[in-house]
Amino acid sequence: MKRLQAALLAMSLLISGTVLADVSVPHLDIGKGGHCVNDPKYMKLNHGDLLKRQRTITVHQGVIGRYSLIRCVNCHASKVNHSVLGTNSNFCQGCHVYAAVKIDCFECHSSRPETVSETLREVAK
Amino acid sequence: MDALQKARRETRGFYLLTMLGALIVAMGLASAHYMEEHGHIVTGMNNQIVWGMPHVFAIFMIVSASGVLNVASIGSVFGQKPYKARAPLSGLLSIALLAGGLTVLMLDLGRPDRVIVAATHYNPTSVFAWNVLLYSGLFAFVGIYLWTLMEKRMNAWSKPAGLVVFVWRIILTTGTGMIFAFLVARQAYGTAILPPLFIVMSFAWGLAVFYIVQAALYGWNGLELDAAILKRMKNLLGLFVASVIYLVAAYHLTNLYFAKQAEFEKFILLEGGIYPLLFWGGYFFLGSLVPLFLVYFPGMGASRHVLFASLLVVAGSFCLLYVFIIGGQAFPLSIFPGYEVMSTFGDGQIANYTPSLPEILLGIGGLGVAFLITTVGVRALNFLPKDE
Amino acid sequence: MSGDLNRREFLRSSAMLAGLAVAPGVLLYDLAHGKDQPASSSVRWGMLIDTNQCEEGCDDCVKACNKENGLPGGTGPADEQWIRKVELKNIKTGKITSLPMMCQHCAEPPCVDVCPTGASFKRADGIVLVDRHLCIGCRYCMMACPYKARSFVHEPLHDQKPEVPRGKGTVESCTLCVQRIDRGENTTACAEACSKAGHKAILFGNLNDPDSEVSKRIREVASTRIRADLGLDPGLHYEGL
Ligand code: HEC
Ligand code: HEC
Ligand code: HEC
Repeated sequence: MKRLQAALLAMSLLISGTVLADVSVPHLDIGKGGHCVNDPKYMKLNHGDLLKRQRTITVHQGVIGRYSLIRCVNCHASKVNHSVLGTNSNFCQGCHVYAAVKIDCFECHSSRPETVSETLREVAK
Repeated sequence: MDALQKARRETRGFYLLTMLGALIVAMGLASAHYMEEHGHIVTGMNNQIVWGMPHVFAIFMIVSASGVLNVASIGSVFGQKPYKARAPLSGLLSIALLAGGLTVLMLDLGRPDRVIVAATHYNPTSVFAWNVLLYSGLFAFVGIYLWTLMEKRMNAWSKPAGLVVFVWRIILTTGTGMIFAFLVARQAYGTAILPPLFIVMSFAWGLAVFYIVQAALYGWNGLELDAAILKRMKNLLGLFVASVIYLVAAYHLTNLYFAKQAEFEKFILLEGGIYPLLFWGGYFFLGSLVPLFLVYFPGMGASRHVLFASLLVVAGSFCLLYVFIIGGQAFPLSIFPGYEVMSTFGDGQIANYTPSLPEILLGIGGLGVAFLITTVGVRALNFLPKDE
Repeated sequence: MSGDLNRREFLRSSAMLAGLAVAPGVLLYDLAHGKDQPASSSVRWGMLIDTNQCEEGCDDCVKACNKENGLPGGTGPADEQWIRKVELKNIKTGKITSLPMMCQHCAEPPCVDVCPTGASFKRADGIVLVDRHLCIGCRYCMMACPYKARSFVHEPLHDQKPEVPRGKGTVESCTLCVQRIDRGENTTACAEACSKAGHKAILFGNLNDPDSEVSKRIREVASTRIRADLGLDPGLHYEGL
């Protein structure tokens, strides 16, 4: 019995160990670089609320704002796989896996930067 | 020793029933999960038939949830003793059916994960949103009503509580009918006769469900229903079934009266394939005429006849709802009166609908929820109707 | 005059520099970007569709809409169609008419009335939209729409266009190319394609501006609205019906 317990304990430690290894503080691929739309520390804390506030304003009033999700993706998509998702070093996915946050935004929103659309040209100006 | 054995057998039976209920619920949940994973493409529903089998089940349960309360209302509000003894069971069934129906409606949503949005964002002009309030209210009021029945000190309050429940459920069924009555653009729906139709339907279906459950409980316990009570209940059932026929006829006749609806009536009642078949064969013959025969014909009206009649009424109600909900959408919307219409989006054409297994299992899962709540409730609260 | 402009420009750039010093990068976008005024009710977007110019069998508007909004373009019963071509045959005269059909952007939209969460809404500039962050997928709006203008997304989607997010389990319909309007453009994909094809059957513009081309033309020619008897005051007018 004791031995079984010990084995179980060892196993669970092993499992949690590998899980921890998987989600250890990720090295995030910031993407294109430049300056974030606000202070990165501020963004780290508030981006969820900012995005959700922005979406209401944009959808209901037609104002494209500072916290547009398109812009985040344009900047933060990795230069390797051109996306903010895909691997645990990709910007949005990596940190959320680490922080155990689930978002559904990219079921609808593109996780890749726009290539041809007008907005990109505007932002790039 | 004997009593002990009986109790044991009962307990075993109870667990068996509970497991059966849980299995059906699990099947429904698995279907819902499958639908959510793959999208509604795995159902028969599409952009023409927007509401399908889950809505047939859900609306049956929600309408019946209001109807089973009849028994309680007659007892508490109108002071009839035999009905009063059945009031607790009636209240429990109402909660069970409502929970089952709402579960199906909720799990059929495109985004069931967002159901909370329905509470945080409320559009006061939406009939659907009113119904959310009405449903929550019914749970609360029936809960309070059951409490006044069970708690000796609160007994005095059971009459006013019963009255509130009575009024509330009439409003609730009106609200359910209004979901359809507000759809002015659709030939099948935009008419003021729907709320009263839904109310009498609730009376008939609710009583049928109540009778079936009562028969099962009595059979289980080897009891016999008192002859006088049986007579009352069967006569009431017959009356309700006849009233539904009357209002269904009125609904179709008013439609026929308006020339522009005549085409629709021709479709639903004569030429629409499955829909006339279900209407005449399913609803009218099996679901109405045969039950009336079983209830009223000399030599009929024994408890097993009434049980059979009740089962047929329930089956007929599904046929009627199928014709009403799905047939009503299958007939093309009249967007360009005076023109023959063709398009890639089914304009001017009869829409096809073939229900798929997952959506049917989801609906049955809702019945399972109601069954499970009833089984556990009856045992835990000892709600077997007792006549002195 | 030009001195004035220069001074304004100078003020603006110094303000910009100051801003840059305070919050690095923050202002760049706001200045580079055109539209920061909310949609206003001084505008009501609408259309006049001249069915006499609309060619039978031509579906350039449909193709353009699909391309603009990233719709796959299937025509099965569960596929999304924001705009469709409808062929009409007058039962009495036998006359054939062809027209594009889509969300009519009603002033009194039934879809908005029935939506339990308020996801269906009308923007100040008259565009009827679904806020898909609030849509729970109940499909009551589809039941209520007299024009069958709405589609439900029946399958998980991939590779949506960045400017036109779309997703499974929500209801969608013609947005009058809201992404273009919000960029300050003045035409929709369907109207543009129709002009390109030489038909010019779709005229898009501001109905509240008496001097807009669409308003002028609505005053000049006889036009109707589809199912005008329902009193929904649609923003789409049809000519030759
Ligand atoms: C440095 C880590 C980090 C990065 C990078 C990050 N997030 Fe987050 N995100 C979080 C944490 C932690 C939360 C939960 C706390 C909160 O709500 O602020 C969160 C929450 C959110 C939420 C709100 C979720 C909810 O349901 O309330 C959204 C939306 C979101 N993130 C979007 C994004 C997007 C889009 C990106 C990529 C552009 C991104 N995040 C990148 C850490 C991160
Ligand atoms: C069901 C689909 C869907 C989901 C899920 C979804 N969105 Fe959206 N989102 C849209 C649509 C559609 C628009 C409207 C675009 C327009 O009007 O041009 C939009 C617009 C936005 C906008 C404004 C446009 C932009 O890019 O700046 C923001 C910000 C936004 N969404 C954020 C989010 C966030 C954050 C999440 C996740 C928490 C999310 N969305 C989830 C469909 C969705
Ligand atoms: C112009 C490019 C650009 C845009 C646009 C942009 N970011 Fe950033 N963002 C950056 C850079 C570069 C950093 C890293 C700054 C640093 O660590 O010094 C950063 C940092 C962050 C961080 C903190 C990451 C961490 O590890 O602490 C978050 C969270 C973040 N951004 C979210 C967003 C969101 C959400 C949006 C869209 C509203 C957005 N960003 C738009 C460039 C951008």
